[in-house]
Amino acid sequence: MRLVKSTLCLLVACAALQGESILIRNATVLTVSKGTIEKGSVLVVDGKITAVGRNISAPAGATVIDGTGKFLSPGLIDCHSHTAVEGGVNEGSLSDTSMVNIRDVLDPLDINIYRALAGGLTVSNVLHGSANAIGGQTIVIKLRWGKRAKDLIFEGATPGIKFALGENPKRQGYPSDLFSGGQAAERRYPGTRLGVEDEIREDFTQAKIYQAKWKLYNEQVAKGEHPIPPRKDLRLEPLVEVLEGKRYVHAHSYRADEILALIRTADEMGFKIRTFQHVLEGYKVAKEIAAHGAGASTFSDWYGYKYEVIDATPYNAAIMTRKGVVVSLNSDSDELQRHLNWDAAKTIRYGGMTEDQALAMVTLNPAKQLGIDDKVGSIEVGKSGDLVLYDKHPLSNYSRVLKVWIDGTQYFDRDQDLKDRVQLAARKKELLDKEKAAEDAAKRQNGPGGRGSGGKPTGPPEKKPDTPNPGPPKPELKEAAR
Amino acid sequence: MNNARVFAFWAVLLGALALQAEVPSAVAIKDARVVTVSGAELPKATVLLRNGLIEDVGPNLTMPADAWVIDGAGLTVYPGFFNAMSTWGIPDAAPAPGASGRAAAPATPATPAPRVRGPEDRPQNYSYERAADLVKPTDRRLEGARSLGFTTSATFPNRGIFTGLGAVVDLAGDRGGNMVVRQPIGEEIVLRGGGFRSGYPGSLMGLFAYVRQMYLDLDQYQQAKQTYAAHMSGTPRPPYDHYLEGLLESPRILLPASEAQQIDRVLAFSIELKQPAVLYGLHEAFNRIDELKQANLPVLVNLHWPEKPREADPADVPELRQLELRAKAPSVPSLLSKAGVKFALYSEGADQPADIKKQVKKAIDAGLSKADAIRALTLSPAEIYGVADRLGSVDKGKIANLVVTKGDAFEEKTTVEYVFVDGELFKPTKLAPAGGPGGAGGGPGGAPSPPQNTTGAHRDNADDLDLSSPNRTEGGNN
Repeated sequence: MRLVKSTLCLLVACAALQGESILIRNATVLTVSKGTIEKGSVLVVDGKITAVGRNISAPAGATVIDGTGKFLSPGLIDCHSHTAVEGGVNEGSLSDTSMVNIRDVLDPLDINIYRALAGGLTVSNVLHGSANAIGGQTIVIKLRWGKRAKDLIFEGATPGIKFALGENPKRQGYPSDLFSGGQAAERRYPGTRLGVEDEIREDFTQAKIYQAKWKLYNEQVAKGEHPIPPRKDLRLEPLVEVLEGKRYVHAHSYRADEILALIRTADEMGFKIRTFQHVLEGYKVAKEIAAHGAGASTFSDWYGYKYEVIDATPYNAAIMTRKGVVVSLNSDSDELQRHLNWDAAKTIRYGGMTEDQALAMVTLNPAKQLGIDDKVGSIEVGKSGDLVLYDKHPLSNYSRVLKVWIDGTQYFDRDQDLKDRVQLAARKKELLDKEKAAEDAAKRQNGPGGRGSGGKPTGPPEKKPDTPNPGPPKPELKEAAR
Repeated sequence: MNNARVFAFWAVLLGALALQAEVPSAVAIKDARVVTVSGAELPKATVLLRNGLIEDVGPNLTMPADAWVIDGAGLTVYPGFFNAMSTWGIPDAAPAPGASGRAAAPATPATPAPRVRGPEDRPQNYSYERAADLVKPTDRRLEGARSLGFTTSATFPNRGIFTGLGAVVDLAGDRGGNMVVRQPIGEEIVLRGGGFRSGYPGSLMGLFAYVRQMYLDLDQYQQAKQTYAAHMSGTPRPPYDHYLEGLLESPRILLPASEAQQIDRVLAFSIELKQPAVLYGLHEAFNRIDELKQANLPVLVNLHWPEKPREADPADVPELRQLELRAKAPSVPSLLSKAGVKFALYSEGADQPADIKKQVKKAIDAGLSKADAIRALTLSPAEIYGVADRLGSVDKGKIANLVVTKGDAFEEKTTVEYVFVDGELFKPTKLAPAGGPGGAGGGPGGAPSPPQNTTGAHRDNADDLDLSSPNRTEGGNN
């Protein structure tokens, strides 16, 4: 009896801990997967959607949000982001850097997370840059602003790895005399698209040898022999995972020929490409992409920034969709990720997509591409309570995000944000004034022309011991990443 | 012993050196206030030094006949201060005149280096390099350090990512080897790379992958050694790896973490690496006190508090987080102290002694008790590096590293009257004004003053000194 009692108490406590129920009622509910419900309601209990429909009554203690005149969509998903990465998005030193992992350098305090959240984004596929043929390991995050790095990671989402084709990975390095004190550095292989394919083929060949080495070792151990264990190689392990289907390949690509070449290499080496990223000439080879089973994550109308994107069209997303490819629209940008819904709207203008098709490109389709469509991407019973409330239809560029929930927890509220801004500005002024006062006091103390307090006479401020060199300014990194 | 030579030596020494250094057989500091750190403060006690050790401490000691007596009335005796992480003692690590921060990497060779293929090429790896082999009494920063009351440093080499094996060193001695108290005390890892266009690793994630691979390799290396030792016949011989041998020897690793997210990251990483770890930096730790308490690791707080850049654009408004950091970083020692986290303070080695004094004072002004400040500069670092049996407090039997002040240490008006390193007396030189050029020992911004042999007073070793050039017994300027 006592046991039953304590178990009951525990259950009650758990329910209280896991969060409350939220009922958003009387809104236009854009489910994406099952059409639009006018004057609909959505109930979220313990982080999961438990009811979607017209007449849902609020359970006791539920928070009720009046959605009258407002629009509710699933949380937006960005299949190509470089937000919240500390210390460089590219490990571009080698042509295969699959040993590096974005997971290691997530920065949960990157303000761009909050800004993206304010645009309705709830999930991001955070990728390594495109400086090399095989870049680093990637990670899917939920934009749980205020939480720690480990709590951003999307539980159960398959991790990925970045591949890159074309101009960026075939760069053989930079005119290094400009950057290494007059030293000409040894150039990086490859220098052509052929070389990029060769590099990938070579790396997978090594991965297979590595796989075989470990298999042999394990067999020898099983037989009671005493072999020396092979070295655990962080570069080859993720490629073995790709071969075993445990890690997704997200391949940066533009031109039709390089897309086909990678499909051939993948078929030859026995792995699958999960998504082609950017894929601006995807409309030319959409059937082949669909046949391989790959998704395409592209821009709505962003092109003209380099030669290899010369043959782009804003109809790309619509054409690929009609040829049977699962298509998403991504941001690749801290700015664009704040209004992916407006990018989705462009596919209605360019290509005549339906509203549901357009919204799916920034919700359900990227969820499918990332293998998380059983958990997010649409407003359905059983999925996570990742929801966005807008004042107008999200496909209108007059729409504004009012509230955002992830797993039923509110992470953004426009009214609260406006209030917070006043407080933050006051705090900032307070700190600046204090600093100024201390400076003035030091000046008075040291007399006119005296030194400030504790500063150094010459030279730049001492570098912090734990951050890597700032490297090139962000735009350059972005350029390489695009 | 050749008496004429000894006389000549003393003549040279007294004539050439600004410092006075004398070693009687015993020294008694009489009737001083003694801050033992290990126990209660003694309001009026005598400290007796002999043979480089503390022979006795107490209120009613019988004064040996051979002891030189220093009247301690109005003076305070502390254990010598211990810089918990620096490059002090490594002459090549001293910042070049006019430069700041750690010393620049050695100039690249004339021929282009071959491209590094990955962690297996062990880029920027000096894991095997020993501070104990690099320290020399000629480091021109030592005099300034002693003048502030520092007698000891946990000194680490400063090249590369795996910088090498540190040593606890006393900040005087007639040769490097005499300075070393204990080594190796740990491997310092610097998570700072060359940037996007450099060789591997060129990013923070590249650095993490590299460090992780090194420790995986270390596991395999040990396993391979064991397997080979047990089954030599019929087993191919595993290769010898100089770099892994360096890691193998290190009792702990020192990992950098200054910002809040870096603290989270590095705490998790240290658990993953399965190495006893010490975190250093910690400026934003005011947001991670509970986590640090839970992690139960010692930490080293960088005294170089973040400040408004001197050349700041007046139109440039810093982010709120940056302002909070500047305002709150000096409160970190006090917060750690209240939470019961084991911590020590350090100054990397580029700051002027007068700056260090101000930096410590800032922490005290931000809430750190004077007693805790002293502990963080004496017994705590000694405990962290496993030398508390020899250093860190004024106790019988310990190494005679002491600082004697008029007034409370680190107060503005306080002066350092005497400093003892291994029982050897140094009279401090006047500290240059904070932020001022030059300064004692010729720091950054100052003209390169010749390294001074401040330690030639061991008469027994006078024969070993090159008398023709008393100022340059072991190398000159870098």
